[in-house]
Amino acid sequence: MLKLEHLAWSIPGGESIIKDIDLELGEGKLVVVTGPNGGGKTSLAKLIAGVETLSGGRIIFDGEDITDMDVTQRAKKGLAYAFQQPVRFKGLTVRDMLELAAGKELNEGELCALMGKVGLCASEYIDRELNASLSGGEIKRIEIASVLARKAKLSIFDEPEAGIDLWSFARLVETFEELRAKSTGTLLVISHQERILSIADEIVVIADGKVRQHGPRQEILPQLLANEHAVRCPLEKESAIV
Amino acid sequence: MNQITDELLRLISANPIDGKSAFNIREDSQCAGRQSTENISIENKEGAPGIVIRVKPGTKGETVYIPACVTHAGVDDLVYNDFYIGEGADVTVQAGCGVHSEGEEQARHNGIHRFFLEKNARVLYLEKHIATGNGTGEKRIDPVTDIELAEGASLEMDTVQLGGVTSTTRKTRAVLQKDARLVVRERIMTDGDEFARTDFVVRMEGEGGACDLVSRSVARGNSRQEFYSTIKGNAPCTGHSECDAILAENGKVLAQPGLEANHVDAQLIHEAAIGKIAGEQLLKLRTLGLTSEEAEEKIIQGFLK
Repeated sequence: MLKLEHLAWSIPGGESIIKDIDLELGEGKLVVVTGPNGGGKTSLAKLIAGVETLSGGRIIFDGEDITDMDVTQRAKKGLAYAFQQPVRFKGLTVRDMLELAAGKELNEGELCALMGKVGLCASEYIDRELNASLSGGEIKRIEIASVLARKAKLSIFDEPEAGIDLWSFARLVETFEELRAKSTGTLLVISHQERILSIADEIVVIADGKVRQHGPRQEILPQLLANEHAVRCPLEKESAIV
Repeated sequence: MNQITDELLRLISANPIDGKSAFNIREDSQCAGRQSTENISIENKEGAPGIVIRVKPGTKGETVYIPACVTHAGVDDLVYNDFYIGEGADVTVQAGCGVHSEGEEQARHNGIHRFFLEKNARVLYLEKHIATGNGTGEKRIDPVTDIELAEGASLEMDTVQLGGVTSTTRKTRAVLQKDARLVVRERIMTDGDEFARTDFVVRMEGEGGACDLVSRSVARGNSRQEFYSTIKGNAPCTGHSECDAILAENGKVLAQPGLEANHVDAQLIHEAAIGKIAGEQLLKLRTLGLTSEEAEEKIIQGFLK
């Protein structure tokens, strides 16, 4: 359902961040992308969502070349993206955001179900503004809920665990499992968390802008866990193998 | 009432006038309808155009409507309305002004409202301004609001101007005694060559006084806005003002907030932010499938809600 061909991206006028990435993701899978900080995971997610523009390569989504589509067009095709650092809005409420995401008005039950998936109680939050009055963890969970509301073909979550407390994180892991079980779309999750890695169908390890490992969880995770050094720096591991 | 007044009333009324409440409708400097109730009386003001509204002490949950409309060019409406709110009363005042012009001459409404709230009285004051019509003459609304809050009294003012007014100068003055509370929520949008000036001066004279002024505005086209506020703390009190403005196209905003603490226990804060819509905000809404234009409209709608 998603095919990346020779993806490349450089900071305008600067460093090369994504270097010739080829990747294919199947439908209904939960794919976790992991790897060291600065390795290109977030950049890759942004390139797929259209938040950043490719320097080279092609993106095929549902059999269609979406390389030249902008972020709005890709969203309409069924891509959803949860920002690692959510945006705050003065004036827009949680309800506004979730209804914009869903593309329709939501009743109390629907709002409650959505917010419950990220460990929040709708009645306490739906009329609150998405402004500085919300904590980092709260706004992060609402960001995730906004992506869940879209019921997209491909949902991308960039480090969903960041800033979330232990209990809410546990609920979030359950939510990802539920979504996968219902086959409601493909989930691409960028994460360093073992609990998320342990529910993946596939794991992709990215370092220095390249795919270092990609395969079923059963194959990749034991390698990552067996070699803590490899988790920290797959690049070094590869060098050692070479 | 003429048809234009009907339409203006529809635009400026948060809630339609109900038959049971007190009201006074002003149309082109004349009274087009009035009703008093057992607890709220409305009478002509002596020596000047306008009305005097008296709310009996202890009145609860009632609303008084006092809209004013200017329906054609060449009208320069000046009105003085005084509100006397009795001790312990808790009422809503729904004001609002609509100006319509199809002519070349200026059409203007200048409403001077004075509020006198007695001990522990509470008022929710709703004010909405709009101008319509294709007239080339200026469409002006220049409200003045003077507020005196006795001990424990509170007034919450929700004021909106969302379009068509060529020029406005909005002056609000308030004096707060012990434990009095003032909340002002202002939202203004200007476009084209429009100009809006807001000028708040709040003086807190009593211990425990509190005021919160929040102004949100959007300046589009070639419009200009000026925001001035002065909060004076002359006693142990708390004051907060916040001015946020979004710029679009060639809009310009000047913000000059002022704080004056004349007591060691006066705690005063000001926040201000002016700028165009953040790119990341547009991007977030675009990831939900909105176009840039739709995202901008949603952000502005929410900001001014």
